[in-house]
Amino acid sequence: MNALVENIAQYNFAYLDEQTKRMIRRAILKGIAIPGYQVPFASREMPMPYGWGTGGVQVTASIIGPDDVLKVIDQGADDTTNAVSIRAFFRKVADVAVTTETAKATIIQTRHRIPEYPLAAGQVLVYQVPIPEPLRFLEPRETETRKMHALEEYGLMHVKLYEDIAKHGRIATTYAYPVKVEGRYVMDPSPTPKFDNPKMHMSPALQLFGAGREKRIYAIPPFTEVVSLDFEDHPFEVQSFDQPCALCGAEQVYLDEVILDDHGGHMFVCSDTDHCEKRRENGHTGATAAGSKEAVE
Amino acid sequence: MTDEPLLRVNSLSKFYGSRVGCEDISFDLWPGEVLAVVGESGSGKTTLLNCLSTRLMPTSGTVTYRMRDGAFRDLYRMSEAERRFLMRTDWGFVHQNPADGLRMTVSAGANVGERLMAVGDRHYGNIRATAVDWLSRVEIAEDRIDDEPRAFSGGMRQRLQIARNLVTGPRLVFMDEPTGGLDVSVQARLLDLLRGLVTDLGLAAIVVTHDLAVARLLSQRMMVMKDGRVVETGLTDRVLDDPRAPYTQLLVSSILQV
Repeated sequence: MNALVENIAQYNFAYLDEQTKRMIRRAILKGIAIPGYQVPFASREMPMPYGWGTGGVQVTASIIGPDDVLKVIDQGADDTTNAVSIRAFFRKVADVAVTTETAKATIIQTRHRIPEYPLAAGQVLVYQVPIPEPLRFLEPRETETRKMHALEEYGLMHVKLYEDIAKHGRIATTYAYPVKVEGRYVMDPSPTPKFDNPKMHMSPALQLFGAGREKRIYAIPPFTEVVSLDFEDHPFEVQSFDQPCALCGAEQVYLDEVILDDHGGHMFVCSDTDHCEKRRENGHTGATAAGSKEAVE
Repeated sequence: MTDEPLLRVNSLSKFYGSRVGCEDISFDLWPGEVLAVVGESGSGKTTLLNCLSTRLMPTSGTVTYRMRDGAFRDLYRMSEAERRFLMRTDWGFVHQNPADGLRMTVSAGANVGERLMAVGDRHYGNIRATAVDWLSRVEIAEDRIDDEPRAFSGGMRQRLQIARNLVTGPRLVFMDEPTGGLDVSVQARLLDLLRGLVTDLGLAAIVVTHDLAVARLLSQRMMVMKDGRVVETGLTDRVLDDPRAPYTQLLVSSILQV
């Protein structure tokens, strides 16, 4: 135990050295100055594999200070491996306070959800991004996609939506749904469900996106226009659920399907665990809150 | 029609190091005119076409184009954004290999609709209706609209590529061996189709081909190239029936008779 603590003491505050943090902060500032533009940065090796949030962790490490309160969520949940590990990482290397409460956090690192509780001015939402380029699957050449962004040639993005409608009768993209930021750059909001897209629009919180493997950072400053792409005759719409959360009875929230047994038993519960717990503390109950799963079967 | 040309080419040259791609080429192209560029492989036809269509920077010389507002603009003094906009609205480029000009992994309808969406069309119903209309004009059955071009035959792919290029109503189309690699019966129908479309739409076109029969069918005027230079130019029928340059005489006499 002692040896471990001594080892940790050799690391700089929040793991990254100060030169690296300055480099990343410069990229963040540039990203904020050009909303939605992907800023290349010299992504570092982190003590975790690519795809586990190396981009988000680097952004968080560069902006976190001793007085910050950190919340980490993975698909909305505070208690999954990725969230627990990253929270423990920053508690160890930065000795910061951590929380699961959305309202109390100053920095929220997220993998693929935006909390249900509305974010406030002063909060920072840090997204972990696997593939920052929204045009990637349509145009594989990076040289070409950068040119397309520079010249605002975004017809191709609608080709994807056209294909959706032609194949499925509606826009079938449900996550990583492309948005246009401040009327200029088309941006991939990371694989959040499109349910969360409207929350990005005019958000009072600062939103930062870090892609470690792809070495890109981009940002949406507070109170920025974020519009989901669509067709006039097939307007953008979010997912809707025909039943409320089985635990807390919440409606108008994003639900996860949970399999209960191998006889087809399942229930829909809030994907945002903090939101669900808060509601239950305040006395809201859903169909299975009493503990009987027969209610949903 | 009008007494001003659509495209003016003035002593255009392209060198690859010390090698000549094409040298000192000048001509005017009028609206609605189809010009064939013929010559053997390596004579500089494709280099010339690429220099004209802004896909390849020439070493010297100028290419000016009369924009829709009537003003002549030097293509290589325009910004890249303007050039690319021109390429996807006022121009078309038909590649010899359809895979170069099509998006092989999206449906035929989206291939035709892409240019419309690129210029700001945001109504799915209208885009699809236009795509159906264009597919029928190039003789592709309506029920193939959601198939990927990978599932199409060579001739169908080429017709789809033509529809994709013509959907924005261009005034000038570049074609690089549009019938290369197709068997003769498919070639004949494609030529028929192209001739009809060019006449109906009043398109100007520059067609690069080594096939003199294609040039005879499609073009009114003809340019014969050899070693990067133009050796003879004139009305297509005149050049083919009464070739004057020795090389053209050789070329015409080399046509195989069935």
